[in-house]
Amino acid sequence: MLFGRRKKTAKAPDETAAPAHYSGRIDVKNADLFYGDFQALKNISIEIPEKQITAFIGPTGCGKSTFLKCFNRMNDLIQGCKITGEFRIGDVDIYGDIDVNDLRKNVGMVFQKPNPFPMSVYDNIAYGPRTFGIKKRAELDEIVERSLVQAAMWDELKDRLNKSALGLSGGQQQRLCIARALAVGPEIILMDEPTSALDPISTGKIEELCMELKKDVTVVIVTHNMQQAVRISDKTAFFLLGDLIEYGDTDQIFTSPKQKQTENYITGRFG
Amino acid sequence: MSARKYLEEGLAEMNMTLKEMCLLVEDMIDQAVTALTDNDTALAAHIHERDKKVDEYEIDIERMCMRLLLKEQPVAADFRAVSTSLKVITDIERIGDQASDIGDLIAQNAGVVTKGDTAKLKMMGILAKDMVKNSVDSFIHADNDLADRTAKKDDELDELFIDVKNGLIEFMKESPENADDALVLMMIAKYFERIGDHAVNVCEWTKYEETGEHVKFQ
Repeated sequence: MLFGRRKKTAKAPDETAAPAHYSGRIDVKNADLFYGDFQALKNISIEIPEKQITAFIGPTGCGKSTFLKCFNRMNDLIQGCKITGEFRIGDVDIYGDIDVNDLRKNVGMVFQKPNPFPMSVYDNIAYGPRTFGIKKRAELDEIVERSLVQAAMWDELKDRLNKSALGLSGGQQQRLCIARALAVGPEIILMDEPTSALDPISTGKIEELCMELKKDVTVVIVTHNMQQAVRISDKTAFFLLGDLIEYGDTDQIFTSPKQKQTENYITGRFG
Repeated sequence: MSARKYLEEGLAEMNMTLKEMCLLVEDMIDQAVTALTDNDTALAAHIHERDKKVDEYEIDIERMCMRLLLKEQPVAADFRAVSTSLKVITDIERIGDQASDIGDLIAQNAGVVTKGDTAKLKMMGILAKDMVKNSVDSFIHADNDLADRTAKKDDELDELFIDVKNGLIEFMKESPENADDALVLMMIAKYFERIGDHAVNVCEWTKYEETGEHVKFQ
């Protein structure tokens, strides 16, 4: 079913259904999103390629974060939120009859403010795998090491695995959150302004990490930092007042945008 | 007030300085044609002196562009304006070099311009100067049509060059004792022809700045 779908809440998966086939590719067709009577997203269609970095840009309130949160159904938690249209990740209709926990295992998320759990570095990383039933210490050890290596933090943290994650710097906490997301083997990582609270060095490390991560996962990042979008993203989507105004290769968007509104926004003439 | 006041001021200053650089180079070509017409070696020698100012303009504009890129981080049309200016000043500087080289040839070979038929050579000079003026105008005013029309003029310049070359070959056959002078005239013709090519490059940058698409005029 494509249209007129009402907001669905998470529910148990259908035991008889074939296993969901997620990949790093996102296809959205004719998506609308309402908060009560207010329409926050208007007929958005987009194809996000796998294993690339796609940046969402636009002024505050344009709907970019709202759209990002559609990809792992974070908006389900908001009362009065209604979503219609088709959202596919790989072969999966993510607003269909699916296990939302499984969706969020495949589509991880990192937020603006680092949000490590108040527990040790090790337990932060092992939290997700444990939730999905992995109990053996050796297996968890392997996952923790692999995730921290993937997040380029192993050398920094291998001797501090049992220390509280809250004792890390802001930049380290944010990378730990990325490692935590990686621990459950996602296909996609969503990042909502992940560096806006970080200093330039930490920002550089996160950007470098994104470039490494795209060898294995798709990254979709919301950013207000135009230069960051230029530096790291392969594709850029510009949103304005709930509309997707322009979407294309980042080089094209930032050298020769096709739409005047894009031009005005990225050159700082408004917004 | 624009949200990009400093960027816009910087772009305006860059454009104004570029225009000054181009006016200087146009005048140098003008003087080369006059020196050619009047056999004026003093004027020809003076052109070389003026080329130093062209080089200074190039460095100044390059600094302005670098400063804008660093401080204002322009994108889209602003980015194209800065990046194409960096390319255009290279062409304009080369045009200045070639005008200066023509001046040197006339100054160092007194009387050479009285040898043979130089009418078409002077026509080349006038046409090359017009092409430079129009190409720069097309760039400054983002005038795509003028860029198209100016680039087409290069065919006329090339035809004139072939005529001059053939005339000089005949001149050398008829009076081999004047071969040295004929070679000097040939080099002047070649410099005018190259000036036309640089003007075409400027036209191509005009098109790129406007559209973001690289156009190659044949």
